[in-house]
Amino acid sequence: MADLDTPFRRFVADFREDKVAVGAAVLFVAIFAAAMACAYISPQNPYDLRQLDIMDGKMPPGKASMDGLVFWLGSDGQGRDMVSAILYGLRTSFLVAVTSGFIAAAVGTAVGLAAAYYGGWVDTLLMRTVDIKLSFPAILIALVLLAVFGQGTGKIVVALVVIQWAYYARTVRASALVERRKEYVEAAQCLALPQRRILFRHILPNCLPPLIVVGTIQIANSIALEATLSFLGVGLPITEPSLGLLIANGFEYILSGVYWISFFPGVALLVTIVSINLVGDRLRDVLNPRLQK
Amino acid sequence: MSVFIIRRLSQSALVLLIMSLLVFFGVFAIGDPIEIFIAADADQAERERAIAALGLDKPIWLQYFYFLANALGGDLGRSFVFNIPAIDLILLRLPATLELAFCAVFLSVAFGIPLGMYAGYRPDSRAAKTIMATSIAGFSLPTFWVGLMMILVFAVELGWLPASGRGELGTFLGIQSSLFTLNGLAHLALPALNLALFNISLVIRLTRAGMRENMPMDYVKFARAKGLTQRRVVFVHVMKNIMIPVVTVIGLEIGQVIAFAVVTETIFAWPGMGKLIIDSINNLDRPVIVAYLLIIVLMFIVINLVVDVLYSVLDPRVRLSDTGK
Repeated sequence: MADLDTPFRRFVADFREDKVAVGAAVLFVAIFAAAMACAYISPQNPYDLRQLDIMDGKMPPGKASMDGLVFWLGSDGQGRDMVSAILYGLRTSFLVAVTSGFIAAAVGTAVGLAAAYYGGWVDTLLMRTVDIKLSFPAILIALVLLAVFGQGTGKIVVALVVIQWAYYARTVRASALVERRKEYVEAAQCLALPQRRILFRHILPNCLPPLIVVGTIQIANSIALEATLSFLGVGLPITEPSLGLLIANGFEYILSGVYWISFFPGVALLVTIVSINLVGDRLRDVLNPRLQK
Repeated sequence: MSVFIIRRLSQSALVLLIMSLLVFFGVFAIGDPIEIFIAADADQAERERAIAALGLDKPIWLQYFYFLANALGGDLGRSFVFNIPAIDLILLRLPATLELAFCAVFLSVAFGIPLGMYAGYRPDSRAAKTIMATSIAGFSLPTFWVGLMMILVFAVELGWLPASGRGELGTFLGIQSSLFTLNGLAHLALPALNLALFNISLVIRLTRAGMRENMPMDYVKFARAKGLTQRRVVFVHVMKNIMIPVVTVIGLEIGQVIAFAVVTETIFAWPGMGKLIIDSINNLDRPVIVAYLLIIVLMFIVINLVVDVLYSVLDPRVRLSDTGK
């Protein structure tokens, strides 16, 4: 059993003990793969106007269009197949959330490491900024930025980065402060290794577990926030496929009982967010040294 | 204590100054202030008069002082759409938002604390597990989608409650509010519940965690050994200790609720300042956007200050660790 003891194997074995989390992980991978492959697997391209027919609009779930395409989840006001529209929308959500997540993690890690390593006034200045940033709600910051700069995919990524970096910075600083005082860092300093090497090759890898947990939760949060902003009409422009915009369009018809345009994209959003959160919860338990056997 | 308050006050003043600079540069350096404060259909004479009044022909540092002076004097231009001063417009809409926010906070306490205490008291019971599963849903469900589904179920399918507007206002002690008429309460029910959902889940989880942490402690055993009734132990001794974190979080959440009211107000057509800002963004009514930014920033700074000071009153350890360096 000696080969079982690599950290990654141990991590996988730990993770698999919780069946719900494994199910959530499988579900998430399936949704992610389907969204990324939407151009190949969805019944139609819902954002190619030539493929749409307004006569097919507001079809209830299970009905077929005039060309024989079955709308399993119904169609929206413009005759878009909801299955296809949801897959395209999810792809946009993932792209926006993952891109902004990576940039925010990079910025936050740099800030957190700098604060922990240099300490003193650098630490005070950076962490006060983080405190002030975190005292304003995420949706408010996003609203302010988008009101000043206007809509657009790039702008929403910027807004999400501005919202998220502080969470990463705080997490990295907390674990880097602990690592910094450990003997291996002292040893590396005695060997006169360059600071850059100590920071990025010695301290950073040991700060990764909490960073991964925060990253998972933050991706779920930014998917929800992007959908909310798009729903309010300040996020993605109408030309982009987005779950929030789909739900907003369905809002017009909801009072006449046409529920499926708003309902199914919301369910897709919910299933995605819950599966990410369940995986995140399990990761937190597995990666937390205090809970390790 | 006073040292702590003075420190926090000067900090808040600094944040306010930085924020006003950011807003100023957002508006004056990135955007074109002439376009922001003067309607597109104004004629040449009106434009020149407005430029002089706003001091836009002066150097940039002087412009900042004009901007500050105007803001302090409550003059941030007139709304293009409503043609009344932007600040007045927002202050007109503020009570509706506050009413919604306070009802939401009230609901989260009224539901969250009893449910959380029960879930922590009997953690293995089926009811407790149901409560916890529901609270996970409350965290994960996007607020705006839940709002739509509430309209679909309660307003469209069942027809029990109205889906939009504020309803009739009643006046009591000089305050106008939907709380004082039955029709108003019916209008308030769905939006307040929608806004409260996330916080109900949050309070449930906090209270449950506090309950589970406190129940095995020595002071509980001691109280029982003294022969106190279980009811007195739970509702007096344990409850006091659970309340410290819950009160702090609720205080901080008031700000979050006011911010998130933007979403709920848009869905339920609630005439508060959240709906106003979304409408203003869509109509490019920029003076209102700028005024909203300044007011909301000021509001948050005040809320954070009050919560910090209250917290240091409730829990002396905070104060000591801050000044005792």
